[in-house]
Amino acid sequence: MTISYTLVLIAILGLSLPYIGRVITGPTMFDRVIGLNAVGTKVPLLLIMIVLIYDRVDMGVDLVLALFLLNLVTTLLIAKYVREKGRISP
Amino acid sequence: MMMDLIGMGLIFIGLFFMLVAALGFVRLPDVFCRLHVTGILDTLGAPIMLLGVAIQIGPTLVAGKLLLAIAFLFMTSPLVGHLLASAALEGGHLPETAGRVPEGGDSASRKG
Repeated sequence: MTISYTLVLIAILGLSLPYIGRVITGPTMFDRVIGLNAVGTKVPLLLIMIVLIYDRVDMGVDLVLALFLLNLVTTLLIAKYVREKGRISP
Repeated sequence: MMMDLIGMGLIFIGLFFMLVAALGFVRLPDVFCRLHVTGILDTLGAPIMLLGVAIQIGPTLVAGKLLLAIAFLFMTSPLVGHLLASAALEGGHLPETAGRVPEGGDSASRKG
């Protein structure tokens, strides 16, 4: 079971690489924001896989909820800032 | 044992949706297309994976918290998508196919 969790962990890490590349070299700013949101959705899943590997699930679930909330607040604040400032050059 | 297998299958289905989202995020040409395909990751990939984990660890309080996380994702992911899309539209981005008729014409633009 632990091997499967480790495989899933490595797969999630590998699948977050395109998003990180898009965050670094995005054509526009919104591509960067979308990539940041996607990476922020993947980080709690990484955390829950680590917690499953160490068999301490009851410790990590609250942190998973907090990380989802933090991701939501980050993206909403960036979107609100951009909307109220009007056009921003890429 | 059966529940373990079902949970692991759900986790791998979530990984498949993540792969689809990553491919679309690399391949698609536009801000709105990328937003559309990232919605797959937020609304389908992560909750299926969390559901698999919740099935694997059995009916405890932790599984209830994971179900709460799933409900949270289902509520907030369309919110984020809508807000980012409207902010991009106000910020001057247009979809790449705006005002263009598809090849051969569709039924709405055909006359007679």
